[in-house]
Amino acid sequence: MCGIVGIFLKDPALEGELGSMLASMLCVMTDRGPDSAGFAVYGSGAKDKVKLSLRAAKGYDFSALAAGLSIPADGMPPLSVRSTHAVIEIPAAREAAVRSFLAASHPEVAVVGTGSRMEIFKEVGLPATVADTFGLAKMRGTHGIGHTRMATESAVTTAGAHPFSTGADQCLVHNGSLSNHNQLRRQLKREGITFETENDSEVAAGYLTWRLKQGASLGEALEAGLKDLDGFYTFVVGTENGFGVLRDPVACKPAVMAETDQYVAFGSEYRALVDLPGIEKARVFEPEPATVYFWERAQ
Amino acid sequence: MNAISPDITFDLASAELRELNEALHKITAESNTRRWRVLNPEGRHAVAVGIDAPVTVEIDGNVGYYCAGMNQQASVIIHGNAGQGVAENMMSGFVRVCGDASQSAGATGHGGLLVVDGNASARCGISMKGIDIVVKGSIGHMSAFMGQSGSLVVFGDAGEALGDSLYEAKLFVRGTVKSLGADCVAKEMRDEHKALLAQKLEAAGIAPGSVDLSEFKRYGSARKLYNFHVDNADAY
Repeated sequence: MCGIVGIFLKDPALEGELGSMLASMLCVMTDRGPDSAGFAVYGSGAKDKVKLSLRAAKGYDFSALAAGLSIPADGMPPLSVRSTHAVIEIPAAREAAVRSFLAASHPEVAVVGTGSRMEIFKEVGLPATVADTFGLAKMRGTHGIGHTRMATESAVTTAGAHPFSTGADQCLVHNGSLSNHNQLRRQLKREGITFETENDSEVAAGYLTWRLKQGASLGEALEAGLKDLDGFYTFVVGTENGFGVLRDPVACKPAVMAETDQYVAFGSEYRALVDLPGIEKARVFEPEPATVYFWERAQ
Repeated sequence: MNAISPDITFDLASAELRELNEALHKITAESNTRRWRVLNPEGRHAVAVGIDAPVTVEIDGNVGYYCAGMNQQASVIIHGNAGQGVAENMMSGFVRVCGDASQSAGATGHGGLLVVDGNASARCGISMKGIDIVVKGSIGHMSAFMGQSGSLVVFGDAGEALGDSLYEAKLFVRGTVKSLGADCVAKEMRDEHKALLAQKLEAAGIAPGSVDLSEFKRYGSARKLYNFHVDNADAY
């Protein structure tokens, strides 16, 4: 099963409420995925900075980690700790060095996402608990996606929870199961894409990252996915400025969307959308199978 | 929004869905409560399922999955969109969706009439067994898959693989058909078929003469997949 949700704001006046909207949508989807939950929020950011979303064991001393990064001249990098996760903002020029330092010296810390604006949080547990733990309701941003998981293809672990990110400011949530993910993972590894889990959805995220790296737009990458990804899927993807939806041609996995002048919202079920402002006047529609939908903000 | 004044109004914002369905199941032929109104369905699943009484239930808003499933005798009118499986396995009665219906609308229905004012998505009328379905918009792919009997009338277009592995369900489409499924073929529209189509449209409340019947094409089974054919032995 699994439940997926997403919201893309057109009206900046709602940005302060993005987190509460996403939290409400996520919690309604508990019936579809009580194992684990996760979300990505696209908040503020600076072009010359990169946010690393980090995950470690409960009680981990992220402050000590940040101090140990010894970023010259900048002092202690801005750090925001939320339970098992922390977002640390570093100069973009230092990203590669920091990542190799973390990989070499701090194997206990996982980098779950990077980007100038994207922050990712995910954990095992009920969606309401996960949303509360990370304080989702108080987050602000321009767009966000979320996932409630009922695991089928791999273990119930935090690493197996969605969203999956394999590229800067890029992430994906998936409802369904891919049948050619092992073969595709091998091919993508040869193309230099790295994977942290055996999860099929991470392969889809990696695939889109690879396409975007080759210069495709989000729309083009999703279009190409129709040919290369085999199996059942409804995807909601986020990029720094965009939000996209794609369903496989058979379209077994449910999807419903609502659009108003203020936002575009996605839910696995309409129930997830009922608390959104102005929903009673929204254009509610089911995205067509094998059809790419995406919205992008002006840069 | 509706012309009738209800005998009972049930607000799902304050009452449990299960209470509504239990109350609907308790209605007998002698009950005086004939007109029900349901407020704030908010996409809940299984609203007004399993009714077996000649009552009218009007639902104000969008419903989730399986609304009016297994319906017998009742008229269920949804003033909104319906999620997947609306009127699935309907036995008799009438279900109308004033908005769009998601996938598998009227699936496996044995009887009664389902009218969708908007579009119905994939697998509309899958395995239909006698239900009549009228969709005023378009339908998605794999509709009427293995349809055994009943009729499916579509004012708009049909998606891929219409009527795949069709038995004797009768399909009428006014718009384009993206592709026909295995063993489904276009058939001649004779007077008897026009009469049948006119009858179905009238039952759906569409005024006679308001629709040009000659604009519809008829599709049905080529009856080549009914029985094992020895020429296909190599396929097994």
